[in-house]
Amino acid sequence: MALLEVRDLHTSFFTDAGEVKAVNGVSFDLDRGKVLGIVGESGSGKSVTVYSIMQILAPAGRIVSGSIKFDGQELVGAGERVMRDIRGNKISIIFQDPMTSLNPTYTIGHQLMEAILLHTDRNKEQAWDRAVEMLKLVNVNEPEKRMKQYPHEFSGGMRQRVMIAMALACEPDILIADEPTTALDVTIQAQILELMQQLQRELGMAIIMITHDLGVVAQMCDEIVVMYAGSYCERGTADEIFYDPRHEYTKGLLRSIPTTGTVGQKLQPITGTPIDLLNLPKGCPFAPRCDAAMKICIRQAAENMELSSTHKASCWINVQRSARDMGVSAMQKARKAGMDFDDASDIAAALEAGGLGASVLSAEVHAAQAEESLEDARERAAKDVQGTGADNLADGDIIGDAALLHSREKSNSFSSSPNPTVHSKKPKKGGNR
Amino acid sequence: MAAQGNDAPLVEVRHLKEYFPVNTGFFKTTPLKAVDDVSFSIKRGETLGLVGESGCGKTTVGRTILHLYEPTDGVVVYDGKAVVGPKEKVDIDKFATPADGGSLKGNILSLNEYRTKTTMVFQDPYSSLNPRMTVSDIIAEPLDVHKMCANAQEREERVLELMNRVGLNSEHASRYAHEFSGGQRQRIGIARSLAVNPEFIVCDEPVSALDVSIQAQVINMFDELQEEMGLTYLFIAHDLLVVRHISDRIAVMYLGKMVELADAAEIYDRPLHPYSKSLLSAVPIPDPKIARANKRIPLQGDIPSPLNAPSGCPFRTRCQYATEACAASMPEFKEVEKGHFVACHRTADINA
Repeated sequence: MALLEVRDLHTSFFTDAGEVKAVNGVSFDLDRGKVLGIVGESGSGKSVTVYSIMQILAPAGRIVSGSIKFDGQELVGAGERVMRDIRGNKISIIFQDPMTSLNPTYTIGHQLMEAILLHTDRNKEQAWDRAVEMLKLVNVNEPEKRMKQYPHEFSGGMRQRVMIAMALACEPDILIADEPTTALDVTIQAQILELMQQLQRELGMAIIMITHDLGVVAQMCDEIVVMYAGSYCERGTADEIFYDPRHEYTKGLLRSIPTTGTVGQKLQPITGTPIDLLNLPKGCPFAPRCDAAMKICIRQAAENMELSSTHKASCWINVQRSARDMGVSAMQKARKAGMDFDDASDIAAALEAGGLGASVLSAEVHAAQAEESLEDARERAAKDVQGTGADNLADGDIIGDAALLHSREKSNSFSSSPNPTVHSKKPKKGGNR
Repeated sequence: MAAQGNDAPLVEVRHLKEYFPVNTGFFKTTPLKAVDDVSFSIKRGETLGLVGESGCGKTTVGRTILHLYEPTDGVVVYDGKAVVGPKEKVDIDKFATPADGGSLKGNILSLNEYRTKTTMVFQDPYSSLNPRMTVSDIIAEPLDVHKMCANAQEREERVLELMNRVGLNSEHASRYAHEFSGGQRQRIGIARSLAVNPEFIVCDEPVSALDVSIQAQVINMFDELQEEMGLTYLFIAHDLLVVRHISDRIAVMYLGKMVELADAAEIYDRPLHPYSKSLLSAVPIPDPKIARANKRIPLQGDIPSPLNAPSGCPFRTRCQYATEACAASMPEFKEVEKGHFVACHRTADINA
């Protein structure tokens, strides 16, 4: 069981202007000792996601639905008393701006000891010792002297170290870092990131790293969640996200950053501006800015498709691609099974109307089964070809739009296909997920 | 100097100093040396990137070049003419070179004229636009100040032309700044800076406040404007990947001093100053395999306060190669290879 399981989280802010859907169905797991990066532009809901986990949302914000399980314990609706025990103790957070997240009227020592006194049964003296120990851990020189100083006597990098010391004082299982280095210079950023990595290795805690800096993510993270307009686009290991991005937004993001390879060339920005969260479109939130958007993208958001055991993306292009692959193999299987494709032109017309367009398929169109002929084929093929052939054949229907909707209804009872790269279904065998 | 040739510098900064008086006690002020003896030049049509940590004086350099701050000492020579403000008392002839004929006094560019050729794009698109002015008034303000439009119609045409040039919709002319997103606001700021048809623009962290995807749009726009209008940029930023992308040459500053200046590719591939080396190694590369393999050269501690900067080389307190010579004197900023300037006593030893 993962240390932290977030499932289909929806968080909204109820403002005078209407409901702002800041987080729309985000799911992820975090294992012990792993570093998870959440990447996205401002307003993509990355901060709100972790504030929901900590339940430190602004008064207008509320978790509408979903589940957050920490070590098996459900946190949504758990109440203030439970949360107080978790905040700063089991899960700690470091905020973006080290200049404003420390109280200027208390000494550093006082603020460090506060969490220790609250969450452990140490007395004041022991808490002092623990605080000094924590400052040493984060490489603050002369910790005893520093304990008696006020935040204004610290530089930005030093304040962020104090914040880290404070967050780690109770040895949390999870450290949430909300843009911890955005306000810092690169050399200081490198120090802080290195410190976090070192402490993470020594203490074996998990880190959720929120940032918009893809360089920081590449350096720090095992796994990455890419968010856009409150929805999560893609999730995978760092290598999968950087070298095999499967959502158009992730691809656009990676293309738009300057690297040494872009010198002398034009960057390829994502056109348009981020979306208004008050009026989310019905379909994929990225569709209005997406160069590869199809008709279906505007009408309906794509489901999360499993591309590998660690890689998931919600983009119709993946559905299209896998459907095409499956369509071809289904056609081959069906040919072997002695099927004929006289009604191919009907299917093509159905597809056209269904919005995917003829561009999707030309030769493969034969294999794309509209509802009726599919049922027919299933029966016949199931008789002739045992096992996987039939399963793949059935998958052909994912292409047609009407069939897609149909498959959505059924998808709960479908198990994963023998082909590990696609999320498909086995109509005959039923759910064994 | 006629300065018509391609190699003649458009902007020449000679021994520029900018000290701010800071109250350090009763009746006592100490000069804060924000910029301390900086010299460089920018060719026409070139982009010079200026990088460094916060507090190193890069923004002050940009503003002092435009005489938004009156220079404490030193002179800016623009297109062969010394820029002198009406009340400025710097003895500019100290900085005259034989090429100027030994004197700059007879060759002066008034501040008013200078400001029709040079403009600035500011970092924060949220605070650099007046919230009480419409977009068209914001963009037309430099035109009004310099009385560049004969009548209202000409003014309006010019505003629409500028808005069009930076990719803003002409319908937005009568709106206010708060109705726009960060990227669009930065476009308004750029349109304003283009209003007087400048030759030289100081861009002070123009994309730092923007999201990655918007950042790319604005960077491309800077590129396109440069191509179309032959602009010269001083591009100040702390994002080294952005600077690398846009700059022809890059200058590195530390604590008010310039420590290295070279071609963009040269400084990235072969930085000679120990500070440039650690600065560049600290940049997170957006590629997991490179990032994991990247060996950083760690820098201990923080940047010292410019109020009591270390003696000699300002970087010596954090430099692993520092010797007594470094504490004794400030190394000269000299050309060690063609076009590669470094200020370090030990350049030869540490790069052997």
